[in-house]
Amino acid sequence: MDRTQLLLTLSIALFSLGLVGVMIRRNALVMLMCMELMLNGVILSLVTFAERTATVSGAVLVFLVFVVAAAEIAIAIPIVLLLARQRHTLDVGAWSGLKG
Amino acid sequence: MSLETLLLYFFAAAALAGGVLMLVARHPMRVALALISSMVSLAGIYAILGVHVIAVFQVLIYVGAVMVFMVYVIMLLDVRDPSFLERYGRALVPSVAVAGVLAAALGAAVSRGRIATAADLAHVQPEGAPAPFAVQPFSVEFLGDYWLHFELTSVLLLAAVVAAIAVIKAGRRHDG
Repeated sequence: MDRTQLLLTLSIALFSLGLVGVMIRRNALVMLMCMELMLNGVILSLVTFAERTATVSGAVLVFLVFVVAAAEIAIAIPIVLLLARQRHTLDVGAWSGLKG
Repeated sequence: MSLETLLLYFFAAAALAGGVLMLVARHPMRVALALISSMVSLAGIYAILGVHVIAVFQVLIYVGAVMVFMVYVIMLLDVRDPSFLERYGRALVPSVAVAGVLAAALGAAVSRGRIATAADLAHVQPEGAPAPFAVQPFSVEFLGDYWLHFELTSVLLLAAVVAAIAVIKAGRRHDG
């Protein structure tokens, strides 16, 4: 298998695994981590294409995505902490009332 | 098969194994460790590709900052939680089916696509040009052409810090 194809396949597999995790797991923190796995899969495809076409701007974009991911976690974790403090559980089923 | 290809397959398998472990592990701490191993394997892949700067960023920012924060919060919140006993919600089968169909569709698109040959890429990377992702040329271009973006990330991080403090303060007011 060609190297680019292998890496893109891996990126698809990681994205799908993360998607399954977000949909099936009940723990809010685990769902957050599965989202990180999806983001890592997407970043892998970005790096693959940037390396393949030798564009430095692609690598700079990866750096910006890293920073945005760090900011996202810095805000998401306090929100999860607040949710856990209110219902004393990390189970997202406790928040099913949000369905309306 | 060269050593590089062998290592590439090894790291790809390790990243996949980490992803699968994330789905079956029960305790969030094990999920976090599986995710860390997956991220470190991806950093290895980036290093094999020659994109050393990204490999270092991956380890420093993702494993060093994001996942350490996550592990810290898991230790902080270690309550006897019903979501530890029952791992999966009700929509297990349809979720796996949807993700499987998505993966199959994307995989078919990738496997049928035409691979760009060296001739196609000759105009973006002339023969004998220095590797653009070595640390020195990359840093010169990064801080020369993209210094404004680099500085703007600090504004974004400051906004994130302020937002995190605001979220915690709003929660306190709600409680009290």
